This record gives sequence, structure tokens and C-alpha cells, in this order.
Amino acid sequence: MKILVPVKRVVDYNVKIRVKPDQTGVDLANVKMSMNPFCEIAVEEAVRLQEAGTATEIIVVSVGPTQAQETIRTALAMGADRGILVKTDDDLEPLGIAKVLKAVVEAESPDLVILGKQAIDGDNNQTGQMLSALLGWSQGTFASELGIDGDKVSVTREIDGGLQSVKLSMPAIITTDLRLNEPRYASLPNIMKAKKKPIDEKELAEYGVDAAPRLEIVKVAEPAEREAGVKVETVGELVDKLKNEAGVL
Amino acid sequence: MNTLLIAEHNNETLADATVKAATAAAQMGGECHVLVAGSGCAAVADAAAKLDGVAKVLLADDAQYAKQLAEPMAALVVGMADGYATIASPASTNGKNFMPRIAALLDCSQISDITAVLDANTFERPIYAGNAIQTVKVNEGKKAVTIRSTAFAAAGDGGSAAVEAVNAADNPGLSEFVNEELTKSDRPELTSAKIVVSGGRGMQSGDNFPMLEKIADKLGAAVGASRAAVDAGFVPNDYQVGQTGKVVAPELYIAVGISGAIQHLAGMKDSKVIVAINKDEEAPIFQVADYGLVADLFTAVPELEEELGKAGL
Repeated sequence: MKILVPVKRVVDYNVKIRVKPDQTGVDLANVKMSMNPFCEIAVEEAVRLQEAGTATEIIVVSVGPTQAQETIRTALAMGADRGILVKTDDDLEPLGIAKVLKAVVEAESPDLVILGKQAIDGDNNQTGQMLSALLGWSQGTFASELGIDGDKVSVTREIDGGLQSVKLSMPAIITTDLRLNEPRYASLPNIMKAKKKPIDEKELAEYGVDAAPRLEIVKVAEPAEREAGVKVETVGELVDKLKNEAGVL
Repeated sequence: MNTLLIAEHNNETLADATVKAATAAAQMGGECHVLVAGSGCAAVADAAAKLDGVAKVLLADDAQYAKQLAEPMAALVVGMADGYATIASPASTNGKNFMPRIAALLDCSQISDITAVLDANTFERPIYAGNAIQTVKVNEGKKAVTIRSTAFAAAGDGGSAAVEAVNAADNPGLSEFVNEELTKSDRPELTSAKIVVSGGRGMQSGDNFPMLEKIADKLGAAVGASRAAVDAGFVPNDYQVGQTGKVVAPELYIAVGISGAIQHLAGMKDSKVIVAINKDEEAPIFQVADYGLVADLFTAVPELEEELGKAGL
């Protein structure tokens, strides 16, 4: 079984971002970039399926700037076999990315595509579902458990009220939630080995899809600042303030 | 052009998230029609018909919609999308699941998790875990929108829209519901509770959560948790408040043993009053708390229970 894992290069999880003073976006100059955490979970799941003998090949794809190569390299160090970088300096929207990924899927014919449920920059939570729609495949979103059973895949999904299990016909799209696994750190020998794994560089234009951005970003602003309040000394004082000052009890 | 709002419900009752999303949908121009897709869900349609601002309720009652799986839901909505400029739903896990599928099939953009409607085509939404607010405009005839319900007031119930049955679409048959394990609780639902009591890594074990539950029961509150507490297995996943969990905005949020990672703050910083109880006075949670108590939660929480009792709660 062949697995395709799309990954995204985003501002590192621990960075406190700054909005540009001219409100055109978030300042990404000299900011640490990493693989989106949900994408790491997707790569890890694919690698585990390979270690279990279920998957035979893992292909990692990223649509983004030249530097997204580093993100692909990280996935290769975790255990993926080869990479595809679809180069673009445009900030594509989820639907555009889904269209590019559809073309990649058609060229590679994977049985399963595993993606992060959302990227922590745009927080859109759209790409996997859109790709599934464009391909006419089934979708198992927000997965916390995955099991392959012949030509079906069982997915436990994290939903608002708890957990839901669905059975999907393959090929299928899976998007990962936090509890699916805990991604490994790549070992030094694996990082060295990853340098020799192939990354196929493509230009976005080669895929012949219209992925141009369609939304107009009017502005990006700082959220309303919340001021720190007061420290109370005792629980009694807390209850008193909640009751008589804040009026919420 | 009208707005089609897809209702969130459990086949028996209309979710509070839909009642709030109706307020947002009514601001998007044209008539607001509500689609209730489910199985044996006529009562839900009747409830939706009473919402202020709703002009019509469309009821698709069929077994294939019982769990609102994305594949059949998308097939249904795409088939009835003509005449609507906006397809909307609450940003629940159901809405997040089916809406992008609908958008892609309609070849339109989706704006996720909107927190304000500036005009029929312009919306505000949080990005980077709420550390920036994006204003985004759609310059096309069709769009999909998911609504962060906690950002909108509940619609009134003075309406009397007609309920119209619609035919089910062909089921694409790609997916099959197996089962679900829903957390059973007599407490209010996390996203609509007026008070939320949440525990974090500082709780040390799931065995200590009953401490918080006692407080919650005194206050009529819901119980939530940080990602750390969920990852550690203290409580189930549906307790998680944060960037990728549930977003809450209650009157009162009590954070116990939660340090306040930005991903957690993203899920609760719009609460009206925030209380933090943490023994680490440097914990970032204190930077957003209206009332901070630097104390060991294992002494403070039982004391809180006692003080609430004294205060007549």
C-alpha cells in the first residue's frame, strides 16, 4: 500500500507571532519555521503503517517555497521514502492546495492520503476534506485511531460529544487529530540517511491547475488585548470578588 | 441571494450552536433557510422554524443523515445549493467535517470559524490560535462559511417559518457509521455553559477531577480540560478547550492547574471573567486572568467548595 502525506511548513508552534504594523499579515521575517504539528502526526502514522508491514512506500509532498524542502527533509528523516516539492511563492488557499494535491494523487496513485487536520497558521481545517471531495474519495477526519482491514480503513474520530468510529472504502483521505500518535524525533543516522533520499522538485505551473488565491485579505489585526487582573490572597476573597465585584456567581 | 444554514442537532434537539449561528446567518443578506438533515428529526425542524430571522426550514429526514457523515451530507447540500450565495454551518466537528467537502464540490472558497459578519461578503476570523484576526472578503457569487457560535448571541424564538420536506440525495456509499462513544454527563454542554471549570496538567491524575466536578455541580458548570490533561489521559478528548479543541466563551471560566499555553488561551480568552488557580505565579494564565490565586490547587479547590457552600451555593 502506497501512502501520500502532504506536509506544510509553518511558523513554529512555540513562536509568539507578531502582526505587521501595516496590517497586511503576520511578520514571518527571521521567524523559526517548522513542520506543522498535525502534519508530523500524519508522517508518524504513515511510518508506523510501514513498520507494521502495511504500507510499502511513503511519499511526502509539500506545496510552498524552496525552503519547504527542509520540511520534506524532516519527514524523510522520520522515515518517509521520497519527497515532492511543488514550488510556489504564492500563499495558496486550501482549495488551491487541494487542486494541486489532486494532481499529485493522480500521478502517484496512493491508496491512502494522510494529512494534518489543520495547519496552525491559517487554522482553516479544510484541505483534507476538499481533496477528498475533488477525488470523490471517502474521508475520515480528526482521527485518533486508524486500522487497515483489507480494502477498508477503520477510523476513530474525535467529535464534539466523544468518539465516533467509521469504516471507509479505500482509497481514502485521513486527517489526523492530536491523539493519533506521538511523533518521533529523527535520530542522527536517520537525518544523515534522509539527505540521500530523493526530492523531486516541480513548478506549480507543471500541474496545469488554477490554484490562484481567490479571497481578498482586507487586513490582519492584533486581537483585543486582555489585561491581567488582580491577584487575590485567599479563596474567601476570590469567592467574595466573584460574587460582589464580578457578579458572576 | 439567500443563505442556507445547516443545522447542528442530535436528531432530537436543536443544538445551541445552531441557535447562535442563526444570528450570524441572518446578517449575511437575503433570506436565511435552515436545513435540518437527520433521521427522525422532525422536532428539530420545528424548533428551527421558531428561530427569529429564519424564513424557511428544509427537512431532509432519511437514515443516511442520522450521523451527518460528510459524504452523504455533501451530496445532499450540493444538490440544493442553487439560489444560495452562502452555505453556512456552526464550526462544530460536524460542520468542520462536511463543509469543506461541500465547498470543494461547488468550487467555492470556505471561510472557517468566523467571529464577526462585517457585511454579506466580509468576515472576521481568528488565525494563529487567535493571535491575529483576519478580515477576509469573498468577491465571488458563492461561498461556504463555518461560524464560531460562541461569538454570536442566541437568536430569539419568536419566528414561525414553514417546514418543507426535501428529498434525500443518492448516498455516495463511501463511508459507513460503526459506532460512537459519547461522554454521558448531566452537566451543561461545554460550549454553551455559562460557567466552565477546567483542569490542566496540575491535576496530576484523572482521579482528581471529581474535585472539579464537585465545584462544577455547585455552580451548574461544565467541566473542561487543557490539552495536557487530555493527552495524559486524565479525561476524554471532548473535554479539551483550545485552538484545536473546543472554543468556549462563558460568563466565568475557572482554570485550575493550567499553565496557559497560547493554544489553550485561544480556546477561552473570550470568556467574560477568568479565574486562574495555579501554584506557579509565573504561569502565563495569570496574564489573562481577572482574578488569580497563587496556591496549591489541592488545598485551594476543597476550600473553594467550602466557600461556595458558605456563600449559599
